[in-house]
Amino acid sequence: MTETEKQAALGPDAASAAPTPRRRRRALRLTKRDRVLLIVLLGIPLLADLAFVWFPAVTSVVLSFTSWNGVGAIQPWVGTQEYKFAFTVDPQFWPAVLHNIIWVLVFGLIATPLGMLFAVILDRNLKGSRIYQSVFFLPVMLSLALIGIIWELMYSQNYGLINTLLGRTGSDAINWIGNPDLNLWAVLVAASWRQVGYVMILYLAGLKGVDASLREAAQIDGANPWQTFWRVIFPVLKPINIVIIVITVIESLRAYDIIYIMSHGTVLPGLELLSMLVTQYIIGQTTRIGYGSALATVLLVIALVPIIIFLVQSFRKDEKA
Amino acid sequence: MRGQSNFGAPVSGVSRRDVLKFGGAAALSFAAVPLLAGCSSGGSSGGSSGPGSITFGSNYSDPAPKSAFGDLTKAATKSTGVKIDVNTVDHNTFQNNITSYLQGTPNDLFTWFAGYRMQVFADQGLIEPIDDVWDKIGKNFPDSAKALSKGTDGHYYIVPIYNYPWVVFYNKSTFQEKGYEIPTTWDQMITLCKKMQSDGLIPFAFGQQDGWPALGTFDIINLRLNGFEYHMKLMQHKVPWTDSKVTDVFNKWAELMPYVQPGATGRIWQDAVKTLEAKKAGMMFQGTNQVAAQYVTDNADLDDLDFFVYPEIDPTWGQDYMDAPADGFCLAKKAKNVDPAKKVLEYIGTGQAEAAYLKNDKWDVALANDADVPSYNAIQKKSVEVIKACKNVAQFLDRDSDPGFADNTVAAAVDKFINSPTPATIKSIQSSLEAQAKTVFTAQH
Repeated sequence: MTETEKQAALGPDAASAAPTPRRRRRALRLTKRDRVLLIVLLGIPLLADLAFVWFPAVTSVVLSFTSWNGVGAIQPWVGTQEYKFAFTVDPQFWPAVLHNIIWVLVFGLIATPLGMLFAVILDRNLKGSRIYQSVFFLPVMLSLALIGIIWELMYSQNYGLINTLLGRTGSDAINWIGNPDLNLWAVLVAASWRQVGYVMILYLAGLKGVDASLREAAQIDGANPWQTFWRVIFPVLKPINIVIIVITVIESLRAYDIIYIMSHGTVLPGLELLSMLVTQYIIGQTTRIGYGSALATVLLVIALVPIIIFLVQSFRKDEKA
Repeated sequence: MRGQSNFGAPVSGVSRRDVLKFGGAAALSFAAVPLLAGCSSGGSSGGSSGPGSITFGSNYSDPAPKSAFGDLTKAATKSTGVKIDVNTVDHNTFQNNITSYLQGTPNDLFTWFAGYRMQVFADQGLIEPIDDVWDKIGKNFPDSAKALSKGTDGHYYIVPIYNYPWVVFYNKSTFQEKGYEIPTTWDQMITLCKKMQSDGLIPFAFGQQDGWPALGTFDIINLRLNGFEYHMKLMQHKVPWTDSKVTDVFNKWAELMPYVQPGATGRIWQDAVKTLEAKKAGMMFQGTNQVAAQYVTDNADLDDLDFFVYPEIDPTWGQDYMDAPADGFCLAKKAKNVDPAKKVLEYIGTGQAEAAYLKNDKWDVALANDADVPSYNAIQKKSVEVIKACKNVAQFLDRDSDPGFADNTVAAAVDKFINSPTPATIKSIQSSLEAQAKTVFTAQH
């Protein structure tokens, strides 16, 4: 056995064996070389994880208890003052939280179900199904920043496609990005345009993986297509459903680039998002690192909730298996 | 699309790992933001330059000022023999990263703004005092320019290159055609706005997407109603934002709002200028550095462009004050080539150097007494006059106050006001501004 073959054999084996009780017996049988290899293979990603994920995360939590302005030594320590400022004083904080929630709701209640619907329809082997797949998937291949630019041109008040199509090019032109009652929805349309394709492709992959005999069995039992989907296929797709829920939440919380492009980097009224506020305070002329870190911590805590739910779910499943 | 096999990949394994990756990436991106500030985005060119050469960080990223700046550095090299390596950064990026830039590996000299906006960084020890440079160039400048160039400790920190007035622009042809007259009082201006509206014109072109242009309107109404001293006190938070005089400013501004181009928070000022160029708008209140410069950029008819000083509101102050921001150059505390950099600053502080800069600049004006600029156009000649006529000039809201407070907090409040100029909004933004100012100004000073 050559070195590479051994490595290849070891990789997946070690990973899949991790949670089972058999692991201990096997670990004893490992040669010294195997053990070194294991330590190296696990150690490097662990170090990277600590350095690039945990260190910055813990640092920003620590910084959030200061009102450091980014110059010189890190001080002064102000306890929870910055959090109090966010919750009680900052007029942009609660709108930002609200907009993040609206984002989750629109993605969760409109974009994601729409993507699922497209996937189910395309799964029925329609004529030209691959063309449709490509069309819906195309936006996913573009970065959100690019999507921001495309839609900014469409929404432009004086030169945009949408106002031209609506025939409102004069003084009655609709200000899609500037109007604080409209702009969040305008951006959500653009973001959903991409999200639909993303969910569709994930769900389609899940549907292709469903055993065809399940469908046949359901049909033999006399289930109609609606019942077949909801009673048989949907429960089988539980893992992919969890993935999609988590992706929906995470994509909503990390929404940033598309807004940044459309608002040219400033926090526009109506488009306040936690991520925008974080950068506003941390990357600016006179920085308030302490306050920005407090906002980042709030966002981190919110983001941890779906991640923890997901991890608990998937580990529980592994234990049962 | 390669077909089915793409979508038939084993589901659970791949996607779960993907999700974990996503989760990690998301957590990382939230958490890592504070650290970003630690990395300098500034130039990497500093370091290896030998004696007699310096690096110069420039935010003159738009084509026209960039070429004017190029002329200046060439003239400086010719006169002093110091080689200058220019590092141009997009101006918004430059400004937003200034703190980390100055703490990292800054260029020797860098472009910056006069007034409090410079003093904040000088107080934090990020800018090197240049009193010895001013010993040599002091005689070239009027006292007003000297005052602008000093930090709160009384030392000099910046050599100004030009300034420009904030005034009301209009197209001569529009005024001639419709028989409009230049308003000198608030009431005359409101009457003119009404007339323009009935003629199908937008009285005031307005774009506030960048967050700062509307601060100029706040400034001028404040200066006209409450005077220069009050403006400075308010900017430094020595007067509370809940003061009734601030309410007066917003109320006056609210009278003007029906005549201002709607939807301003979603329009960049460049597009607002284009409305004026297209003669769809009658007037626009902004700096020559923006309006006239945009006319040049767009190849619009600069000869048709003219301006008047913002009308009087309270006869106590008349038209005594205006915003006339000055830009200039500072020496970074961490500069590596201090002596040649000071030589260049000494050269820049001469009328000759300002004239070299302004050769291709058709909107700014020199500050030096001895600047002889034969290339001045009508706008620039008038600019010199109106600035001279002022008893005192303010810099700008985000230059006279804490820039972060101005650009984030006051700008957000003003955006709110623009979208709903009602007494209720005014009251709520005043108390919100005061609450935030308390935190910002006690935390830092």
